[in-house]
Amino acid sequence: MGTITEELFSRRLGHAVHAGDTVIAEVDVAMAHDVTGPLAIEAYRSLDLPLWDASRIVFNFDHVMPANTVAAAELHRVIREFCVEHSITNLFAEGICHQVMVDRRLAQPGGIVVGADSHSTTYGGLGCFATGLGSTDIGVVFATGKTWFRIPKTVRIEVRGALPRGVYAKDLALYVIAQMGADGADYCAVEWGGEAVAAMTVDERLTLCNLSTDFGAKTGLVEPDAITFEHSGGEPIDLHPVRPDYARTLVVDAERLRPQVAVHPSIDNVHDIDDVSGTPLDEVFIGSCTNGRLSDLAIAASIFSGRTVHPRTRTVVVPASRGVYLEALSAGYIETFALAGALVLNPGCGPCLGRQHGVVGPGERVLSTSNRNYPGRMGSPDAQIFLASPAVAAASALTGAITDPATLEPVS
Amino acid sequence: MSGRVFLLGDGVSTDAIMPGRYNVTTDPDALRRSCLIEARPDFVQTVQPGDVIVAGRNFGCGSSREHAPLSIKRNAVAAVIAASFARIFYRNAVNIGLPVIRCADAHRVLRDGDEVTVDALTGMITTATGTLHGEPPSGVALRIIEAGSLIDLIRRGGWSALEEERRVS
Repeated sequence: MGTITEELFSRRLGHAVHAGDTVIAEVDVAMAHDVTGPLAIEAYRSLDLPLWDASRIVFNFDHVMPANTVAAAELHRVIREFCVEHSITNLFAEGICHQVMVDRRLAQPGGIVVGADSHSTTYGGLGCFATGLGSTDIGVVFATGKTWFRIPKTVRIEVRGALPRGVYAKDLALYVIAQMGADGADYCAVEWGGEAVAAMTVDERLTLCNLSTDFGAKTGLVEPDAITFEHSGGEPIDLHPVRPDYARTLVVDAERLRPQVAVHPSIDNVHDIDDVSGTPLDEVFIGSCTNGRLSDLAIAASIFSGRTVHPRTRTVVVPASRGVYLEALSAGYIETFALAGALVLNPGCGPCLGRQHGVVGPGERVLSTSNRNYPGRMGSPDAQIFLASPAVAAASALTGAITDPATLEPVS
Repeated sequence: MSGRVFLLGDGVSTDAIMPGRYNVTTDPDALRRSCLIEARPDFVQTVQPGDVIVAGRNFGCGSSREHAPLSIKRNAVAAVIAASFARIFYRNAVNIGLPVIRCADAHRVLRDGDEVTVDALTGMITTATGTLHGEPPSGVALRIIEAGSLIDLIRRGGWSALEEERRVS
């Protein structure tokens, strides 16, 4: 009885738990990537304990892959050697850690997964309790298989009606963040539900749960349903909230939403696109663990088709994973991007965190489909970062300024 | 321990504490030198052991990168005092033994450069003109702080001590 989180933990632990309880629980999988992995390995080694379970430890190279500096190559070497030493075979260099976790079905409905990356909340889109931890916590999981959780209170986002044409999960999430504030769900679980969420694909649900951490949530969750189980291939489980006691319920009327843009310098500085359209852009980035999936690339490709990007605006497209890349190739999207003049880079985090390609300079403006617009996030602290959906990003790349896709002239 | 206040605002992100371009390393001294490198360049140049960081809401929001609290700890600050902390930063700080104190008013009452004395275990912040009562870690976080770090706690008997406590409570 309770929220999705309470239902899930009660089922896993074999006894009823409630928000506020502190529990120690075994996790299904512990994940780290090329930047957080080496510190987790150091933490693990300092314990001098045998490894918990090599088959349930996952490393991904994505933040600086392929290595762009000697220091990055050194991080990769440390992880590779650790994996050889401990016979860990889940070492992947095929895209963003979170998409690889989904592609390889390492996060499952009803599961508990921890990752040394804040956007580990993404897997909640499949009904998996997933949260980001630091390297020391993950290093301890490498040794014990367990970590401690305080069962979080839950904020329910109830989305009534259907999203209008041209409005996506990204717009919904940005709108909710604006209502809640950047720390509005601090320490809470966020449950996304209602008609609009029930109608969403897994890709869109992953976007909602990905962005849950960006207003402070410990996890984001969508109740798993037939759409989930078709995607995950696992046995159906029932995590329907039963007489839940929510800390807060936010009701959103989906029909009224417009495309949203989070404006420099914070994610809760969100505006209807009409307020910021026309703002000139030096760079557009389409990708990331928020919006680099196949359906995102499909939307961008449909807008790019038969058009070319504005000469002022360098445009970077990064498929979230090798799986997404291959499907985008088959569907012709990659060719469309290349013909439009966009740069298509290898699967991974891309320009999101200002550490490899696509770094922005002082005074520049960039529109990104990613999740963070903190000053300095994508390069110079004097650059301005705008966050929006792939549709807005693609339309804006074509005109060289923030643009509502609905206002584009038809292709002649 | 007494020291000087470095006053910061609301929403200081891990990208401000440790920008992505600087954390491609686990070298503690490199991390120390990059702490707040763009947001507060004078920090590393002038910080002394015992100084404190005082900030507003949602300190440490963003990435799970433990490099951020590690870089602060390596500068030997006595504590980070904030109106509120982002969840992962707070947990990371506790895990590595960086003292953190929640205090709703400190960033409004204290000024940059003020001399303060901080008791990280009680949360008491003493200034030339008065005392502020902050909230130190409690529950599991306090147990980790008492052990020194999460690694120290696990070394002394694994999760069993905490599991014992949970059954009793």
